[in-house]
Amino acid sequence: MKQLVVIGNGMAGVACVEQILKFRHDFQITIFGDETHVNYNRILLSSVLAGEKTADDIVLNDIDWYQANGIRARLGVRVENIDPSRCVVVDAEGAETSYDRLILATGSSAFIPPINGVDKKNVHVFRTLDDTRALLEKSRPGCKAVVLGGGLLGLEAARGLQVQGCDVTVVHLMETLMERQLDSLGGSYLRRKMETLGVRVMLGKQTQAFLGNGKVEGLQFSCGEQVEADLVIVAAGIRPNAELGRKAGVEVRRGIVVNDYMETSDPHILAVGECTEHNGQVFGLVAPLLEQGKVLAATVTGNRGPVFTGASPAAKLKIMGVDVFSAGNIEDREPSVECIRYEDPSLGIYKKLLIKDNRLHGVILVGDASDDHRYIEWLRANTDLTPHRRHLLFPPPAEDAGLDVAQMPDNETICGCMGVTKGDIIAAIHTYGVNTMGQLKDRTRASTGCGSCGNLCSRLLKAVAPDFEEDKQKVLCSCVPFTQERLRDMVRSQKLRSAQDVLDIYGNGKGCEICKPALSYIVDMVWCGDHEEDRSARFINDRVHANIQKDGTFSVVPRMRGGVTTPAELRKIADVAEKYNVPMVKVTGSQRIDLLGVKKADLPAIWDELGMPSGQAYTKGVRMVKTCVGSQFCRFGTQDSIAAGIDLERRLENLYTPHKFKMGVVGCPRNCAEATVKDLGMVGQEGNWQIVFGGAAGKGVRKADLLVTVETTEEALTACEIVFQYYRENANYLERTYDFVERLGIEKVRKETVYAPPEVRQALLDRLKKSKDKSYDAWMERVRPRPTQFVEIQPMEPVNA
Amino acid sequence: MKWIRITSTENIPEREGRALMLDSRSVALFNLGDRFVALENRCPHGGGPLADGIVGGATVTCPLHNWRVCLDSGAITKPCDVSSPAVQTYPVKVENGVILLGIDEASAAA
Repeated sequence: MKQLVVIGNGMAGVACVEQILKFRHDFQITIFGDETHVNYNRILLSSVLAGEKTADDIVLNDIDWYQANGIRARLGVRVENIDPSRCVVVDAEGAETSYDRLILATGSSAFIPPINGVDKKNVHVFRTLDDTRALLEKSRPGCKAVVLGGGLLGLEAARGLQVQGCDVTVVHLMETLMERQLDSLGGSYLRRKMETLGVRVMLGKQTQAFLGNGKVEGLQFSCGEQVEADLVIVAAGIRPNAELGRKAGVEVRRGIVVNDYMETSDPHILAVGECTEHNGQVFGLVAPLLEQGKVLAATVTGNRGPVFTGASPAAKLKIMGVDVFSAGNIEDREPSVECIRYEDPSLGIYKKLLIKDNRLHGVILVGDASDDHRYIEWLRANTDLTPHRRHLLFPPPAEDAGLDVAQMPDNETICGCMGVTKGDIIAAIHTYGVNTMGQLKDRTRASTGCGSCGNLCSRLLKAVAPDFEEDKQKVLCSCVPFTQERLRDMVRSQKLRSAQDVLDIYGNGKGCEICKPALSYIVDMVWCGDHEEDRSARFINDRVHANIQKDGTFSVVPRMRGGVTTPAELRKIADVAEKYNVPMVKVTGSQRIDLLGVKKADLPAIWDELGMPSGQAYTKGVRMVKTCVGSQFCRFGTQDSIAAGIDLERRLENLYTPHKFKMGVVGCPRNCAEATVKDLGMVGQEGNWQIVFGGAAGKGVRKADLLVTVETTEEALTACEIVFQYYRENANYLERTYDFVERLGIEKVRKETVYAPPEVRQALLDRLKKSKDKSYDAWMERVRPRPTQFVEIQPMEPVNA
Repeated sequence: MKWIRITSTENIPEREGRALMLDSRSVALFNLGDRFVALENRCPHGGGPLADGIVGGATVTCPLHNWRVCLDSGAITKPCDVSSPAVQTYPVKVENGVILLGIDEASAAA
């Protein structure tokens, strides 16, 4: 058997080996990797940094893959030297491995500019899983992180650190972010978007020195300005790792020089990936490297023929949630190049096409890259654009194409901006009962880009939705025809303290079952409980603090914080159930006990005998905190979820919310109490808590979005309080968190809650505290009930006197 | 017509209803601010207790499935496409702070 040695266990090297395995070959393959990890997806390191993925999630080839394919993996072993005359590689321990063919896939390293003080503590690079872990250890909420470099990698690092709660500043030498992919206007769109997400951007800054005594404390720029820093990430570009090529005596310029067959100047040695230089070009994006791997595999297995023609010029990326696409030649100073631009500052969309000789020369898209396939095709085929001139920036409207909506195939794109097909829209109509344009936009994002497909969408809706309705302004109700946002403002500015006042001044004076509970909620929320309670405007459940059943009886669910109870409580519940002939006693999905079929008149006595507080299981309010056993008893628990859950429930109980509000706290990511499908959840991990918001497990199932990761339980509970009050103040009545978070977007919620300025966070907490101080256990109304609150009226004289 | 003394006006808060047990029938009694009204405490849809509904003007909405009933006539106003018979209403008057309900003699004897 011939020996094939691969130096480098990264994406390019292993992808190349995967291609080799597809050919018939007689190699014994050995892969050396200086990292101790199996091959992982380096592109996703920013997701690991952001806490969205774990190291395990980004593994591309696990250890079984190496074994199953008979590959000797030498992980954590660094190759120090190559002796091409004897065809051996020498590892760090001096051991030699001989090869018949050698593949150099050594990748690249972070370029560290020669700046004074670059060796100070807490100056990091962001290139490997180990770098990522080191950054995760040091990043914490409030930490001042400076990212040096406004290219792709720098912006990815900035995103991850920002999600970790760091106060992030990106410092860039050039005047434009990602100047290799974007022009200055495109860069400014990206910059604006990043700034709205709370990342500070400093352009045109030459860093002169890292300040600080041992540990980094800041950066000094040549213009004299300084910026503070607890943590610095150097992302100033990458350099090919060509050192081993030099030692092997092959031709090296910036990278290891390869020809179109991926061969170096030594016939036994080939190279692939970011360590290579081809036709004077070096590489940083993954797509061309996979292309190289295919060519190399053919060459090395005796199928020499396919050639590598250079990098495809296209780069499509998502940076901090913003689509960026760049392809072809973006230099626009040539006089023969025409420039076609489109800008939508509110939507943050920027498009620029460069046309030369009526053919596409280059393209930049920011904020909306859904049309990239058209441009890639035009570039590839060098298409004559004369017949497309009217529709260069957007696909032609369907009318122009002469298509009738009924004849369109389901996979035909209707909204090119948002990439929504006819099939998506029909699915939304059938699955979610969408029947207005507003709902369609909310559900599918169709027609929310340029809007040119609006007509087509509404024709499709009319044709398919069984009860299509023209859009009305989303007013609360015809009794008070204003949006809820306006109503909250009016209640505040006009100092209206009761639902009836709002109806008398802005409405028809009467109200109905739709607007009255909504107005009751709004006045209670706006005045933090210091409102005039009008019980007639509340639903019956909130008048008698129990849940009405189909036969007019009620159900009673006492509060059992965190789902924890005692023998004494259980005994009381049993006694009450027997004494009052409760027809059904049921354990609920919320880790509590429900007494069903109770008469209204019995409610106060039952509450009194239970001696437990109301579980608010009947109201649009704080329901419960479901907990798992956690570290108190569970072998796997990493956090005390029971204690944290009980604390959380105590902090928020007795408050009204726009819709019911369910919470969960779990002590480890196994998620036994399903915190990730609750309105608000705390997910314990070793050393920190993830706070998740907007989950659902009802008619639809939605995994909650990660809001923030924090270290201590106190920080976690405070983050919960902040986002809870934010939802109370900004959601419409009857809007669940999962609709709320989709309407606003999690980035906006993050920015206005846990990443808001300290005074904003404090104000939310202050208003929550005020509301909390005014709130009380509703079942205490048994002591001093309102007139005839629970009783049936008895006539003063008999009917048949 | 026979008038029966029911309860003090203070026992029924404004814009709210209360159930009243009159022999074997349940009657919903409402305080509309300027007058009191009474009707059978049973929604023709699913038998829901109308006395527990939300009052808007001179209508009440059943707490179970949001059918709306006109408090003066007993007619169903929502959903508007059902042809359900009206809910039975009862005459009400107030004397010296006490609500009186009128029932016809035949029904009282029954």
